[in-house]
Amino acid sequence: MRTIEFTPAELRRRKRNAVTVASLLALIVLAFILSMNTGFIRLSPLDLLRTLFGSGTDQQHLILFDFRLPRIVISLLIGAGLAVSGSVLQAISRNALADPGILGINAGAGLAVLVFVAFYSSAASAPAYLLPILAWAGAGVAALLVFMISYRKHTGLSSNRLLMNGIAINSGISALTIVISLRLNPDQFQFVSTWMAGSIWGKDWSFVTALLPFIVVLLPYVFYKAHTVNVLSLGNSMATGLGAFVNREQVLLLAAAVGLAGSCVAVSGSIGFVGLITPHLARRLVGSRFQILLPATALAGALLVLVADTLGRWVLQPSEIPAGLVVAVIGAPYFLYLLVRSRS
Amino acid sequence: MFLFDTDWRFNIVKSIAQHHPQHDPAEASREDPAEALNQIYSRPRTAMLVIFFGLLLLAAGVGISVSFGAADIGFLTVWEAVFRYNPDLTSHQIIQELRLPRVLGCVMVGASFGVSGAIMQGMTRNPLADSGLLGLNAGAGFALAICFAFFPGLPYTYLILFSFVGAALSAVIVFALGSVAKGGLTPVRLVLAGVTLSALFTAFSEGLQLYFRIGQDMAFWFAGGVAGTRWMHLKIMSPWIGLALAGAIALSRSVTLLSLGEDIAKGLGLRSGPVKAACTVIVVVLAGSAVSVVGAVSFVGLLAPHVARKLVGIDYRWIIPASGVLGAVLVTFADLAARTVHPPYETPIGALIALIGVPFFLYLANKERREL
Repeated sequence: MRTIEFTPAELRRRKRNAVTVASLLALIVLAFILSMNTGFIRLSPLDLLRTLFGSGTDQQHLILFDFRLPRIVISLLIGAGLAVSGSVLQAISRNALADPGILGINAGAGLAVLVFVAFYSSAASAPAYLLPILAWAGAGVAALLVFMISYRKHTGLSSNRLLMNGIAINSGISALTIVISLRLNPDQFQFVSTWMAGSIWGKDWSFVTALLPFIVVLLPYVFYKAHTVNVLSLGNSMATGLGAFVNREQVLLLAAAVGLAGSCVAVSGSIGFVGLITPHLARRLVGSRFQILLPATALAGALLVLVADTLGRWVLQPSEIPAGLVVAVIGAPYFLYLLVRSRS
Repeated sequence: MFLFDTDWRFNIVKSIAQHHPQHDPAEASREDPAEALNQIYSRPRTAMLVIFFGLLLLAAGVGISVSFGAADIGFLTVWEAVFRYNPDLTSHQIIQELRLPRVLGCVMVGASFGVSGAIMQGMTRNPLADSGLLGLNAGAGFALAICFAFFPGLPYTYLILFSFVGAALSAVIVFALGSVAKGGLTPVRLVLAGVTLSALFTAFSEGLQLYFRIGQDMAFWFAGGVAGTRWMHLKIMSPWIGLALAGAIALSRSVTLLSLGEDIAKGLGLRSGPVKAACTVIVVVLAGSAVSVVGAVSFVGLLAPHVARKLVGIDYRWIIPASGVLGAVLVTFADLAARTVHPPYETPIGALIALIGVPFFLYLANKERREL
């Protein structure tokens, strides 16, 4: 056994990162508590505790366990899932502007929802599970299409080709979306645009159980592959030189990213900005080693979406602002501040 | 640092090396900057052909556009309407007041999107870049949302004016944010600031759209495209666009240098700060006015430069004019289709641009080529 000696600089860096991760966790706990307390009916902290331990009134129990908790859990899961998916995509495509949307995930899911709404007169008359399943399928089909066009048997996936085909497929789908959406009646249009703005509309435990398997399997898988992501982010030729099976790893990681983002988008509607900005945000906080960056990205994403959803429920009570909009409104200024302040 | 697709540029350097095995461009640059620039892979003869036939196609497109439409008007009448205008004839009025300004608007808008997209891609060295990256589309959209929500019924000309102000303002904010940062304006920072500000403005305007329920009105506005263009708008726009296009051509050599990377550009004696500022002004004028007239059909700005690059090589002295011509052709024919597919209704021009552009784009992006 050989002990590893860290240089003082490395030690300082690790200590700072540990502090960052710990404070992200603390903030999530804080947001969690505040979010449980946010809504039309107030629950005092004491009531909260009492209800959590099973001795609240029936009404308090209903509000907390059936309305607020599932929504909070869903916010945390989508935040983490979208952010990590974006981080992986940016690393593999080596492009700062890549996000899950670039593979057609948001556009595909949006089109599926739109077609569904256009054919059913109202979303309420259809079975509740149909919409997320369709959105998921739409996201998957669009991403698969981009993959299949971009993949070459001998050379694998070139990041450039992937982005180009992503742009093309996205534009094609958006064109269809425009044409169909002009034929909708105003109520249908309102429903679709609220969906596209990222209102977290899957709100009960069944959506949590539908989403959880994806997150529980794929998130640890991506964390486990952090070293590979590091290597792949150096570029194909460098990664091959370092002994990575570039083709296989790229395909697996991209599939994981699509799985994560697709399942999140199906439940939340398109909250594209989380996947785009959180990886940059986290990198400015903890540096670019993916072993620490990926967990930090997941935490930051979860925090961002939870705070956004809580604010969205709170600001215009009793109506709601879609979380996707609030994410942009609070995430963008903070990110701009980091951008202006940091040197790299 | 993986923020940019290094393969893209690496391939270019590689291709230079392949075509001129004895000349390393960095080596040559130390002796003579002009020599280094000549090493950049380009196909001047193809480029001239592309531009020539592009212009021919454009002229044909303009001619067809003017004579086809909901009301059928023969070529002879068109000719007379243009050169011997008689204000008493309805057909002459249709040509002069509706179709001619509309088709000229298409040409201007297409060329503007094409050229500004090419400049953005060269300047930021990012194949995903277009004029939307400076926050132009989002800024224009936000301004429009404010107009629709708080001042319903504003005349068309004011809407155009306000959306241009919105576009220009957001570009100024993006540029300022990028510049005040420690370490100055880098391509990454410009791109990130632009994307972030776009997201912020888009969120604001989506919020307004949902709250005031004006989303579909705005969708119709954007889908309407160039339909409302009149001579007055062209008269206001054309001098600025003309100047900006001339500026783009004048700067094209510097854009080529920037596209090789900051270090190489500096090594070749380029003062990148002023060049970037000038490029940004040009992009704001071109794309800002185009966006405010037709809305965010920014796919033109992405597509035209990529097609141009595939055809003429990587020298922006050729890419910029070629993407201007290609963009104009694309928008003109898309608008022609928008009017004629389902008359007298208009099909959204953005959808048609994608419909025409996407298959072509897919074909080019997936064709195996050695040089890029």
